[in-house]
Formats: sequence, C-alpha cells, structure tokens
Amino acid sequence: MKRLITKVLVNSAIVFLAGLTVTPLWWMLVASISPTGEALSGTATWFPRTWTLEHYRKLFQTAHVARFIGNSFFISSTITALALLVNGMAGYAFAKLNFPGRDRLFRCLLLTLLIPTQVTMLPLFLLLRQLNLINSYWAVILPVIASTYGIFLVRQYALSIPDSLLDAARIDGTGEVRMFFGIVLPSLRPILVALGIFTFLASWNDFMWPLIALTDNSMFTLPVALANLSGQYVQDVEMMMAGAVVTVLPVLILFLVAQRHMMGGIITGSLKE
Amino acid sequence: MLVGPALVLIGLFFAIPLAGSLILSLTDFDMYALADIRNARFVGLENYKELLNSPVFWQSLRTTLTFVLLAGPISIGLSFSAALLLTSRTAMARGLFRTIFFAPVVTTVVAVAVVWRYLLDNRLGLLNLALRGIGLSPVDWLGDPHTALFAIVLMTVWKSFGYNMVIFLAGLQNIPVSIIEAAETDGAGYWRRLIHVVVPSLAPTFLFVLVTTAIGYCQLFAEPYVMTEGGPLHSTYSLVMMMHEEGFRWWSLGYAAAIAFTLFLGMLFLTLLQRIVRRSMAR
Repeated sequence: MKRLITKVLVNSAIVFLAGLTVTPLWWMLVASISPTGEALSGTATWFPRTWTLEHYRKLFQTAHVARFIGNSFFISSTITALALLVNGMAGYAFAKLNFPGRDRLFRCLLLTLLIPTQVTMLPLFLLLRQLNLINSYWAVILPVIASTYGIFLVRQYALSIPDSLLDAARIDGTGEVRMFFGIVLPSLRPILVALGIFTFLASWNDFMWPLIALTDNSMFTLPVALANLSGQYVQDVEMMMAGAVVTVLPVLILFLVAQRHMMGGIITGSLKE
Repeated sequence: MLVGPALVLIGLFFAIPLAGSLILSLTDFDMYALADIRNARFVGLENYKELLNSPVFWQSLRTTLTFVLLAGPISIGLSFSAALLLTSRTAMARGLFRTIFFAPVVTTVVAVAVVWRYLLDNRLGLLNLALRGIGLSPVDWLGDPHTALFAIVLMTVWKSFGYNMVIFLAGLQNIPVSIIEAAETDGAGYWRRLIHVVVPSLAPTFLFVLVTTAIGYCQLFAEPYVMTEGGPLHSTYSLVMMMHEEGFRWWSLGYAAAIAFTLFLGMLFLTLLQRIVRRSMAR
C-alpha cells in the first residue's frame, strides 16, 4: 500500500514537472501556427482550433529568415568541422605523443577554463578589426575553433587507445599524419561524435559574440536576427513565435536524435572533478 | 606537429586578447582611440577607481549577485529533486522524462527569452492567466522593477535545471549500493537515508555544481538584453550588460575592460574558494 502511494506521488510529481517544462515550448509551437491575434487572446486552448502557416510565410518572405538560417548553418557547420580536426589533433597529441613541456602546457591550458569568455571579447574585437575581419563569417568562426574543453575531452578518451596499436603502425613505417587519419580518428569516433554535437549546438545557440562581431543585418545568425526582429515586430506575437520555432527546432531535433552522446559528454566533463 | 594549430589558434584568439584585456583596462581607450589609436593614453588604475565610484556599477553588481543567489539554489534544488524523482524505484518511463527535463537546456536563449516575454505578459500571458485561474492576482512580471529580476530567475531555472540534473543523476548512480543497503538494514527510512547517506556522499558533486552554476549565472546577459533591456529602472541590468553597453555602444573599451576584468577576478575567487573547500573536505 505504501509503495502504491509512493508510486502515485512520485510519478504525479514527475508528470507535473514535465508539464511545466514542456508548456512554454508547446505554447511557442501552437502560437506560431495560430491566426494573428489569437495567441494572447486569453482563450488558451491546448490545441489550436484553426491553424495557419502565414507567419512562417511572412518570416521567409518579409523577414528573409532563410538568409539567417543559412548563415547559422554555414557558421556552425564550419566551426564544428574545423573544431573536430583541430581539437582532435591536439587531444591526441597531448595523450599519446611525447614532446617537451607537454604536461605543463596541458595544465596551463586547463587553467584557461577558469576564464570567462567576456574578458577576451573587447580586445578580440579590436584584433579582428585590425585584420579587417569584423562582419565576416571568419570573425565568428576563428576564435572558437580551438577549445580547451574539446581538447580535454579528446585527450581523456585518447588515453585509452592501446599504445601497442600505435607502435605497431610506427614499426610498419606509417607516417604520423597517415596514422592520425587512418587509425586515431576512427578510434576516437565516439568522443568526436559527442564533441561534434556539443560544438554544433553551442555555436548555433551562441548569441553574445556574433552580436558583437557581426554588424551587417545580412550576416546575422539566427539568434542575433531573432533578437533584432523582436524589437521590430514586438506586436506580432505569432510571427515572433514562428521565428523562435525556426531557431530552436534544428538543435532540438539534433538533441532528440543524439541525447545519449550529449549526456555522456557532460558526465565525462564533470567527472574530472 | 599535431598540436600546433590548436595552440596557434588559442594563442592568437585567447591568450593575446586576455593580456590585451588587462592592458586595455589600464588605458582610457574610447571612441577617439577607435579612430586613431594614438589617442589612447595609459591611465593606470583610473578605470577601476571610476568603477568603484560609479553607482551604476554597484547596482549592476548587486543585481548580478542577487540573481546568482536566487537562481542558484532554486535551480540546484530543482535539479537535485528531479534527479531524486527519476532515480526512485517507482519512477516510470525514466528515459522519456529525462529527455523532457533536459530539452530546455539545448534551446537557444534568445528564442526562449522571446517566448517567455509573452508568457509573462501582464494582461494576457499564460502565467498570469494561470494565476488568475487559481484565484491569485496577476503580477506585472516584466514591468515592475521589484519582480522583473525574479521573472528572469524563473526563466533561467526552467532553462537550465536539466543540466545539473544529469550531473546529479550520474552522481546518484555512482553511490555504492552497499552503503545504501547497509543503511536500509540498519532500519533507516528514505528521508534519513537521504540526509545522512546520500547527500554527504554527493558533497563533492554539490560543490562542483554550486560553483560552476554560480560562475555561469554571473555571466547573465542574453536574457535581460532580450527581455527587458536591463530595465525597468535598471533592475535587471547585469554586469555583463554594463560591459557590453560601455564597450560596444559607447565604445569606452578601456572602461569596459575594467568591468570584464573585475568580473573575472570575482569568478576566479569563487573557483579558488571551491578548491579550498574541496581540499578541506577530502581531509
């Protein structure tokens, strides 16, 4: 009997919390397909009585949202691809290659995790301005490719690659580069997948730096564009919700498909402590 | 060398700007220096002195700290509770709900802030509708200086509790079953086991979560930027917002760098505190 009561209480609590968690997202979705003026009309229903795609049409035609989606996609994909390469190489090197000062250098890198990104934004802006890169995709891409967190994750995983595997290849005369692409990368696949997902997510959602580094409307990523639009179209709730859906949907889908990898990565990252 | 590209990138885009930030904060770099760098002068600790004398700085510091002290415990408490609920032996469909609880974490802050701005609308927002539904009076969440910050706390807790929940879930699973079973055979009920066995075993996890969450919340920017623009009456004006406004709207980059560095020192202090507490815990 006691167990039944516990079961009811626990699961009701879970369902209640889940309801609270889902409600804002559900409302966002429903509002985006509601006819203009209905979302905040005080007649809240869980399922819309009538639905329309006019707000999405407006988003793409008037607000040129496709451009922002393209920007976000290009930037996030490029960052992810380059980050996997660069951090993969570095993580492997720190784990398996011996060079002078390796461990001290790695410890120094770990210290950089303590530093908030905002501290570097101001001079970074000046630096990129000197290089004439402000308002280009590269202004957003270059600074974030090399990530201490990424290097740490890869190194952690790479430590478990059996040395015998690598030594055998070396004895066979395989060059380091061939070895990296042929043996190491495939072995690192699981952690690279997790890192890739994280990197794409983080860069897609990034707001403050693209806000600073991109000054021309046509270059904006989705989050920046959305913030901009919210000033312009503040009365048009439904359209803003459509914009929110467009921004959130890709990464939400990515998350749903790849959750296990994501959660694994978080746990690995926190277990360091 | 394989490690080369990473080091070059980090050196160029992180280490150099980091040093540059310190130097910037010691100059009076402003709009005129932006046009011609020869206009910048070295002024030592002037920027910091000006900061300490600025009421806006103190208010934004207080606002940021209030936010951290409110959102931190609430968010961590919720994360831990959710983790406990999901590890209960009677919980059903654990995977599904774990996914649901974590979903807000991957959403874009800007999109979420926009959604919540309407949810919190004074007359027609869902939250006030719900309040009226259970007989309470509606609150002008984003319009009232006394409630605006708390509204942002609410939103932030909603968005981030899933993250720490995952960490707690892992921690809970790592507690040796033998310890729990020993307590059970000793006759300890659920709540006593919780307080005397589970929580102490998770002390390092709590410490880690506390500090990393606090550090994250100190960087509050996107939410007030999109929802309230720091208002009403600067009640949601965070430190990073001040840095952004001074640096990129007024172009007082030297002054802004001082703000950034102050923030950094504060967070460094928190991290060192964590190291010390953890070392004394291990003893």
